[in-house]
Amino acid sequence: MINRTEAPLIKDAVEFDVVLKPYEKHVLDNGIPVYSVASNEQDTIQLELVFPGGSWYETESLVASSTNFLMKNGAGKHSALDINEQIEYYGAYLSRASSHENATYTLHSLTKHIEKLLPTMAEVILDPTFSEEELATFKQNMKQRLVVSLQKCDFVANRYIDKYLFGEFHPYGRVSTMMAYDALQTEDLRAFYKKQYTFNNCKIFIAGNLPANIIPLLNQYFGSNDWNGRSEILRPDLPIMPAEEKKHRIFNDENGVQGAVRIARPFPNRYHPDFPKMLVLNTIFGGYFGSRLMSNIREDKGYTYGIHSHLSNFRQTSALTIQTEAGRDVCEKTVEEVYKELAILQQEQVPEDELMLVRNYMIGSILGDLDGAFQVIQRWKNLILNELDESYFYNNIQVIKSISAAELQVLAQRYFNKEDFYELVVI
Amino acid sequence: MIHYNRFTLSNGLRVLVHEDTTTPMAVMNVMYDVGARDEDPSKTGFAHLFEHLMFGGSVNIPEYDEPLQMAGGENNAYTTNDLTNYYISLPAENLETAFWLESDRMLSLAFSDKSLDVQRKVVSEEFKEHYINKPYGDVWHKMRELAYSTHPYRWMTIGKELSHIENASLTDVKSFFFRHYRPVNAILVVGGNVKTEKVRELAEKWFGDIEPGDKYTRNLPQEPKQNSAHLLEIKSKVPLDALYMAYHMYPRQDPRYYAADLISDIFSGGGSSRLHQVLVKEKKLFSNIDCYHFGSLDAGLMAIDGKLVKGVKMNDAEAAIKEEILKLQENKVQERELEKVKNRVESMLAFEDMSLLNRANNLAFYELIGNAEQMNTEFENYQRVTTDDIQREAQLIFDEKNSNTIHYYAEN
Repeated sequence: MINRTEAPLIKDAVEFDVVLKPYEKHVLDNGIPVYSVASNEQDTIQLELVFPGGSWYETESLVASSTNFLMKNGAGKHSALDINEQIEYYGAYLSRASSHENATYTLHSLTKHIEKLLPTMAEVILDPTFSEEELATFKQNMKQRLVVSLQKCDFVANRYIDKYLFGEFHPYGRVSTMMAYDALQTEDLRAFYKKQYTFNNCKIFIAGNLPANIIPLLNQYFGSNDWNGRSEILRPDLPIMPAEEKKHRIFNDENGVQGAVRIARPFPNRYHPDFPKMLVLNTIFGGYFGSRLMSNIREDKGYTYGIHSHLSNFRQTSALTIQTEAGRDVCEKTVEEVYKELAILQQEQVPEDELMLVRNYMIGSILGDLDGAFQVIQRWKNLILNELDESYFYNNIQVIKSISAAELQVLAQRYFNKEDFYELVVI
Repeated sequence: MIHYNRFTLSNGLRVLVHEDTTTPMAVMNVMYDVGARDEDPSKTGFAHLFEHLMFGGSVNIPEYDEPLQMAGGENNAYTTNDLTNYYISLPAENLETAFWLESDRMLSLAFSDKSLDVQRKVVSEEFKEHYINKPYGDVWHKMRELAYSTHPYRWMTIGKELSHIENASLTDVKSFFFRHYRPVNAILVVGGNVKTEKVRELAEKWFGDIEPGDKYTRNLPQEPKQNSAHLLEIKSKVPLDALYMAYHMYPRQDPRYYAADLISDIFSGGGSSRLHQVLVKEKKLFSNIDCYHFGSLDAGLMAIDGKLVKGVKMNDAEAAIKEEILKLQENKVQERELEKVKNRVESMLAFEDMSLLNRANNLAFYELIGNAEQMNTEFENYQRVTTDDIQREAQLIFDEKNSNTIHYYAEN
């Protein structure tokens, strides 16, 4: 008979040698860098173009995200329908996204179709039209979506907590409004596009099963001239204007059966030496299923379906945010328990077995995250766009493997003080 | 082509092994042949609540998550109306930890009062978060009741009402476990950087001595053919009028399923699809519109839903959808349009297969519905669909008498 009460021997994940597979770098004729990670196991390819086109760079609210969205809705002589038809006929996806910092266009396709898709993608990037009609439809539909979202306590809470942390005039704290949608003009989008989406601000990331002629192909479509001209983008730090009042309660829906709880404080950005250490402390506190917050507030008390804390990876400055949706009658108790857990980490050192578990969990999770070329390029992209290299990655691994319980306690004493946190419940 | 080996233990547990040496990871997927459709109508939501209890400790191991996290692993689970699935991903060197944990909870749970008490609350909050505290959150609850008179698809996986979950007892939990969570009703898939012989050895060691249990024979009341259109009007505190339509379609293993699946792509698979192009972009009647189905194993529903642009009348919006339906019923689609949606399926399958967990999950799914090999031949089933098939199935599915419609009005 086997002894089922005894766990099988494990290899501690901290003993694993985590390796970030290197990328290859090419430079197109006009200077655009191309970072690539190849793997031939599947027949799929991912091609991503990144520009400094996030909300950071806009002077009017929503211009960055609207520009990014509408580029695909008409380019050259082609309508939105033509473009979608071209992409979708080959079973491919051309997706766009914009964040605070960057804006991207990403093509996912079977490798065998990539050559047929590049002309359409190039037209979208190089020659978008921004028609009045497309903008009008976009405004109307986005306003409809906003009006539905504003009924959701979690959506409303996310808007307010960012406003408290950064101020409503900072790109990190600015939110979408009906007025901002109404104010959008095609010429503003066109001007933003012309300034941000230029050849000298473009970076290309490519991964998967790459055809042998991929670099000549990219040169043909994106590398042959100085499209949109050279534009120098400046990035000054912008003033942060946090709220003075820290404690907020908002009633959004009188019949709400749950409240959205947000508790957050500002935190230095990723370049600060405490950042990688806080990634470990945050995991212990609220960053994984077995975290202190989950164990207490979900698994012991059943106040919520889930509670998490996370570090934002914004460029200028970051924030540590705890978030959950809890039963209406237990929201205040949930807030209380969050502070209790913060205080415990200040008063008592994390036990060695729990720390070991979190080290193993984090390393195992990174190992899993690096599985496959698409995941590897994603890591590299985050490093490169933040002007970091692999030493940053390996330093983080080293911190996970070696940070002590005493160091974590010092960190908690520095950053887990109740009076530094903004606190919000939206019902 | 997904390669795999298979064997069955003497207690009836089916095991599939998918070797992939390109990864440092291993995955374990355990699929149980039980879902919300197998519930007692007076105790709905139970299969899903039970899934939560599977993490509350087993007979020899008080904590499920901790040892797995210590081994560098992660896990999760989901329940649908048809099945329940548990999956683990961890460094391949620590594979045995997964065997130890999964086999002990198949052997028996701890059946703790505390765990039941807490998870009842957690699931109640999940219910509120997703279905009560969201605008339009109740619509699928109401649509299922409108469309099904008999079949247990009448209720959602989360349950018909909160009280069913609040009233669940430990006796219910035990009987459910010993009825459904037995080796004969389960499929185990191990994938990643593993060797079949080693997996066989570990499977024998950890799962081999678990009592086989009785094969669960499913005998569900089948839905009679719907003979008249159903309509429900709702007024609620939502900001926009919305329209929901649902039509009965075919079971997952019916050969006609593939044509139906492609129809949903013709209607709303991407920016060039018909409903988006005509109703959102050209006529500007809807701010968004989708056509989809749930891939249900028994006969499921094909749905169309959208939010109306402010000021548009419900009847006009509905008539415009019906016009698109009529086009599909009266005119054959062009070959190129059919090719487009087939290409979309081909590409979707390829992207799905990139993830090791998806591959393991899909092997278990196809084995559950018949044979894992179907995973490798599935695209051929789509390739066989002709423009005639699309037309014929559009006529059958989108028959007025087969329709269930909800007019969801914004109050004021």
